[in-house]
Amino acid sequence: MGELTHNYYLVLGAVVFSIGAVGLLVRRNPLVMFMCVELMLNAVNLTFVGLAWGLNDIGGQVAVFFVMVVAAAEVVVGLAIVVAIMRRRDGATSDDLSALRG
Amino acid sequence: MIDFVYLVPLLPLLGFTTLVLFGHRLGESAAGWLATAAIGGSFLSAVLTFFGLRSLEGEERVVTKTLFEWVPVGDFSVDVAFLVDPLSVAMILFVTGIGTLIHLYSIGYMHGDENYSKFFLYLNLFTFSMLMLVLGNNLLLTFLGWEGVGACSYFLISFWFTDEANASAGKKAFVTNRVGDWGFMVATFLAFATVGSIDYLTLNGTASQMSTPVVTGIVLLLFVGAMGKSAQFPLYLWLPDAMAGPTPVSALIHAATMVTSGVYLLTRVNGLLYEVTERAGWATNLIAWVGVGTALFAATIAVAQNDIKKVLAYSTVSQLGYMILAVGVGAYVAAIFHMVMHAFFKALLFLGSGSVIHGMDNDQDMRRYGGLQKLMPITAGTFIIGWLAIAGVPPFAGFWSKDEILLGAWDSGGLNGKALWLVGLITALLTAFYMSRQVFMTFFGRYRYNDPDASEVDEAWSAYLADAEATSVSASAAAAETAQAHTDAIAAHAEASEAFSTAKIDAATVSGDDEESAKKAIEAADRALTSSAEAEVETKESSEAASAAATTASVALGDAQAAESARSGPALGEPDDAGEAASFLPEAVAARAEHHPHESPWHMTAPLVVLAGLSIVGGILNLPFTKGLHFLEQWLEPALAHEHVVNASAATKWILAFVAIAAGAVGILVAAQTYLQHRRDPALVERPILADAWGYDRVVSAFMGGPGTKLFDAIAWFDATIIDGMVNGVATTVRDGGSVVRRLQSGFVRSYALGISLGSVALLVWFFVRTAA
Repeated sequence: MGELTHNYYLVLGAVVFSIGAVGLLVRRNPLVMFMCVELMLNAVNLTFVGLAWGLNDIGGQVAVFFVMVVAAAEVVVGLAIVVAIMRRRDGATSDDLSALRG
Repeated sequence: MIDFVYLVPLLPLLGFTTLVLFGHRLGESAAGWLATAAIGGSFLSAVLTFFGLRSLEGEERVVTKTLFEWVPVGDFSVDVAFLVDPLSVAMILFVTGIGTLIHLYSIGYMHGDENYSKFFLYLNLFTFSMLMLVLGNNLLLTFLGWEGVGACSYFLISFWFTDEANASAGKKAFVTNRVGDWGFMVATFLAFATVGSIDYLTLNGTASQMSTPVVTGIVLLLFVGAMGKSAQFPLYLWLPDAMAGPTPVSALIHAATMVTSGVYLLTRVNGLLYEVTERAGWATNLIAWVGVGTALFAATIAVAQNDIKKVLAYSTVSQLGYMILAVGVGAYVAAIFHMVMHAFFKALLFLGSGSVIHGMDNDQDMRRYGGLQKLMPITAGTFIIGWLAIAGVPPFAGFWSKDEILLGAWDSGGLNGKALWLVGLITALLTAFYMSRQVFMTFFGRYRYNDPDASEVDEAWSAYLADAEATSVSASAAAAETAQAHTDAIAAHAEASEAFSTAKIDAATVSGDDEESAKKAIEAADRALTSSAEAEVETKESSEAASAAATTASVALGDAQAAESARSGPALGEPDDAGEAASFLPEAVAARAEHHPHESPWHMTAPLVVLAGLSIVGGILNLPFTKGLHFLEQWLEPALAHEHVVNASAATKWILAFVAIAAGAVGILVAAQTYLQHRRDPALVERPILADAWGYDRVVSAFMGGPGTKLFDAIAWFDATIIDGMVNGVATTVRDGGSVVRRLQSGFVRSYALGISLGSVALLVWFFVRTAA
């Protein structure tokens, strides 16, 4: 093993992102899908931070804060939607929710 | 003070909207006075605008007043803007001035009509449209007014639409005008496509840079528009029929204002016309010939019309021909001069004819008029002034303007100019003739209103003959009957005499008791014989009397037939001979005798007096004697960059003027000999082919009703199938495409996510391929 470069972080980020993306595509439970989205977002955050460290540029770390704020907001809205759905239906499987079909 | 120009179209518009909203509640005379006040105010504003413009110096007198930007499209823009220059101000002055007089007149004329306020609403809308037409600084705004006056003309021609003839006259005017409008529109498109601008100042200013085909095309297409509105051959057809409308409409729209808009339009683009004259002289020459040809053509028709308004209608077509001639030879001042003078005297003549019709119980047939100058002195006096003006008698208005046009034609050069002048001169002679005919038939001679018509006389004669024949037939039937009775009586007598002889013979052969009864039988037979002899004598007498009566009746029938075949048509100026048939005349004749023509109320005569005054002194506007007296020419100069300069010497001018006066005098004299002194048979000039308008109208109607319909059906099919097909095709394609594409929206969130993923991958691949390459 050589010296720790930011490439390791990038590869890790890519792996985590892929896991998240595949999870999003294959799982049907909205809560799990949310967690997968969080995985993808955090993989990106990891990439940002890794590059900021490697390139010595504070900009990447700043971007991470924005992503975290957006992720928090997204979760709030998304969970609220899930709760609203649960009040009207027995379960919340994403494939059952296709009322907006064209 | 030029800002008063905004009020000029605004006031009629306000009058219109007020009448639309509250017309019914205003009641009869209030609606009329409101409309009149609106136009009157507009006239005052026009006068103020005139003074405002006059206070400017020469070349500054072309002002554009922009109201707002109407159609901004990229570099191209059309404003709602008024071009205030001497030409448009001259037009708005006479449009609103004459409009006011005619509105005032209509208050009296339309009295008692059930759609009184609607009439004034249309008149106001018409005036507004006409003012937009005149004031518009570009072709599109003028077109707005152009269509507005066309629509109002349609509404007003068929104002009494319950009568089929009026409704179809309105449609005819509308459809014929569309043909002209096509020319106007294509001219606008052409100007937009080639010059990129449609305002008059730009068009006139850049005329010299346009290519010859373009400038000629624009001018000729605008001329097609002018042919429609200004009723030139071959599109004049609608104007004579337009007389179906109320008379003030005929005066305002179809004589004084709207029909001059074609002439105005051509004068407005005089810069283009000048270029065409310079480069493609045949085109302006064509305009001149169409004008003068229409003038002559319509004048020949006018001499044979019997309807008082038809004569004036054809006269209007003819006078418009003069104006178009003037435009064609480049004498724009003369065209505008004649337009204004014509507006004075033709409005006067139309309103006068309306006054006559009003007094004559809505009868428009001049053959029933006569001697009205005693009964309607004001109408007659003013009408006579109008007649002198149009007939070209100096010093009345028409003489000066017509003379200017003829001079312009003469001076336009070469044999062509002389030929134009000659045709114009012949038209002037005919004009004097038919107008004199009208005046003599209407106001002079014997009062003919209660004379029976030829048809009524024919009817009376046939009733009379039928009666004589019936008498004769019944008399001879009675004679035959009595003769039969006589024959029967002779037979009865013979029988009785036989019976008597038999009785005598019987008596001789019997005896005793039978003798007594035989005697009685003989007595009875004797009595029967005597009475049958008496009956024979009696029936013989009655039979003789009946046959004498039958002979008398048949002689009377023969006399009646002889008298019927001996009667002649009406002698000149004499009523048709009803003679012995007089007692069989229809009751309508007696009813007419009860009618007494009367002078019209003051609302109607006051405008006549004002217009008569203008028709007398109107010529002052542009007297030919010295340059200093050319007021109209000096005034119009800034608007007409290329007025034709007359080169003719003073001597030529004097000679031409005297020739024109002589032609007018000949026309009047011939008419006087024919219709006043009855020295000539009117049938010599009133040819059936002239009364039929040379058959042109009939031929066009036959074509449009027959083969033309098929052509237009084909065009309608093309429109419905091909044009609409293309439009509908676009809509169908979009709809069908949408119904395919919408299936993509499945509602499954994860399939959207898959789409996004695949899209991102595709983008990545694309980036890599691009950077690698």
